Parts: sequence; C-alpha cells; structure tokens
Amino acid sequence: MSDHSELSGGEEELMTPAELISRLEEAWLNEKFSPELLENKSELVECVMEQLTHMEENLQRVRKGDLKASVHRMEIDRIRFVLSSFLRSRLKKIEKFFPHVLEKEKSRADGDPSFLSPEEFAFAKEYLANTEVYLRAVALKHMPPNLQSVDMMKAVPEPCLDSFVFLRVKEKQENILVEPETDEQREYVVDLDEGSQHLMRYRTIAPLVASGAVQLI
Amino acid sequence: MFCEKSVELIRELHRMGDGQLPAFNEDGIRQVLEEMKALYEQNQTDVNEAKTEGKSELIPSIKFRHSCLLRNQRCIAAYLYDRLLRIRALRWEYGSVLPTNIRFHMCAEEMEWFNQYKKSLATYMRSIGGEEGLDITQDMKPPKSLYIEVRCLKDHGEFEIDDGTVILLKKNSQHFLPRWKCEQLIRQGVLEHVIS
Repeated sequence: MSDHSELSGGEEELMTPAELISRLEEAWLNEKFSPELLENKSELVECVMEQLTHMEENLQRVRKGDLKASVHRMEIDRIRFVLSSFLRSRLKKIEKFFPHVLEKEKSRADGDPSFLSPEEFAFAKEYLANTEVYLRAVALKHMPPNLQSVDMMKAVPEPCLDSFVFLRVKEKQENILVEPETDEQREYVVDLDEGSQHLMRYRTIAPLVASGAVQLI
Repeated sequence: MFCEKSVELIRELHRMGDGQLPAFNEDGIRQVLEEMKALYEQNQTDVNEAKTEGKSELIPSIKFRHSCLLRNQRCIAAYLYDRLLRIRALRWEYGSVLPTNIRFHMCAEEMEWFNQYKKSLATYMRSIGGEEGLDITQDMKPPKSLYIEVRCLKDHGEFEIDDGTVILLKKNSQHFLPRWKCEQLIRQGVLEHVIS
C-alpha cells in the first residue's frame, strides 16, 4: 500500500502495513492447515481491521474512475478475504471441537496464552449451551432417567494431532525427536534446516508452529 | 431386533448426501424412545428380580438390554447432531433467513437452535475488531476481479450498489456488478455468475 504510516503492534514493536499483512498471511496458513485450534491473534485482527478502515477512508477521497482506486479496492478485497477466511477456519474448529476447546481454555494456567479470544470464548460457550438445551428438549428428557445426559467430551471427536502437515522451516532446528509410527520403528531425531520443507506429523512440530519457527504450507 | 429403528434414522441421513436436510423424522424418534422405555422397564423388573431372588442368570440379558439402550441413545444423539450440522451449513449458505421449503423440514426445537446460533454468530461477527465488525460469511472465495458479469434468474426488485446507483434486478437481465455485492445473491440463486 502507498500508506506507510506505522501501526502499533500491541505490546511489542511498530509494524508497517506490509509486515502486518504478511503476519496475517502466516497466521492464516497456520490456522488453515493445523488440525487443532491455535493461539488467538486478536491483536493482529484488530490491527488489520483498523488498516482496512483506514484504506476505505483513503479510497473515499480518490476521484471516481481513477485507475488507482480499483487497484486499491482489489487490495482491500484481498485482505478482507484473508482475514475472513482466517476467522472462519478458527470458528469452524471451535464449532467442530467445542467441548475440547472449552475444556482446554478452562484448564489453562493463568499467564499462559489463551487459545480463544474473549468473543470466541463467548461464542463457544453459547454454542455448547444451545446444543445441550436442544438435545435435552428433543430427545434426552424423554429417555430413561439414567440416560438423560450425553458426555460431550466423549461424544464429540477430538482434533487428530497425528495428521500429517506440510511445513517450511523458518528458523533452523536441531534434534527434533520424531516418535515411532508403528511398533517396528524406533524413535529418531532430525535436524530441520532453514528454508527446507517437510511432511511431518503435526504432533511432533506443534510447539514449533506455536513459536513461529516453522510455517505450515 | 432392537436398535433397528435408530440405525434406520442414521441411514436416512446418510442416504441424503451432503448438505441436504430431510424432513425431521418425529415418528422414527418416537418409536426409538418407546423401544427405550420398554427396554428400561424390562430391565428394572429383571434387576429387582435378580436382587431379591438372586437370579444371576438374568444378568447377561440385563447387560444386553443396557447396551441396546446406550446404542439407541448414541444413535439418536448422532441423528440430531448431524442435522444440526446441516442446519448450520444452511446459515452459511443462505444467510439468516432460510427458504420456506427447508424450514418445513425442521422441527420447532431445531428452529430455536437455529435462531440461537444465528444470534451467537451475529454477536461474534459484530465484535470483530471493534466498531462495526466484519461479516465473515461474505468473501467465501478469493477475489479474482472487482466486477463480474451476472445474470438474473428471478425478479428481485431494486438493488443499491456502493456508490448509490440503484439498479433493477429483473429476470433474465444481465449486469456488470461489484463482486462483493453479489456474492450472497449468487448463493441464494437470485443471480448467476456468467463465465464467458
């Protein structure tokens, strides 16, 4: 974008719009390809929203029919698509794994990063309550007394952390322990070179995704 | 055979394929619930008998009935939950107002669940990024071009685009419109994207 005013990136440093967008893209791809819900990025989302509003405002000032305007319009559309898609894939996982997501959030130690943003947390709680009320009203309350509840934690599948993901290494990693897949195999360690790409089980590299050392692709 | 009715419910959904919502099978549910009631009552009697008269040969059949009860419960929950997922998908496809023929296939409690879901989703979307929020049910596909050629499949009336121009969406008329304004109308089947 032509606008180079700097946005504050929360507690840390100042970010240019270009950095902001590339951060959004990283978060988007990670969220899209990881089987479980990742840490929430409320701050990033807020910054991008501010940026979008800002760009819309700038666009209002541009003369009608200006070629620049349509290029900028396209840029806004693209950013909004990435942002929506990012939030959508989070919401999808929240809905899919709601009891587990809520459990994880509740058992989180103080000071640990939270996985759900306050809004997502509210949404997940409502979703759980709504679904429980519904099941009770339609069927469970008509069942024999010992069968009137369903254990949501058992009934709703957990995210499959053993699924395989493609990744690109951003920071060199040494001695990553890969656990055996079958009984015949033994565990072994690998080094991940910067810039190299791999196909690995998500469980093995989950901490690296969280720390930003690898990028899911 | 026990549990046949409940498995039939599951099959019914399975046959429909993705995204389609068959009519709510109230009768099927009622039959399963009746079967469960009968199984439970039979078990109560047998449990009492086994306790008071020490008839341990009754235990296997008690266990068997209990498994049937659990299976029935599981199947009903699966049937209802799968329907909820389909209804959820409809919210994303059609927006907050469902076509009448679909509403016709839903029971009152499903309507209630849908309304509550709608509300939760709207609250969530409004809260994104502060002021007016973001409608994440829009922008479902990556944008390729700003304007697209669309054809009207049914009369929709007047339609205002961003710069204030009002156009009349009449059946079989063709327009060149901003993509982000038409996305939902395309999903609702009012407009069709003309790909030349």
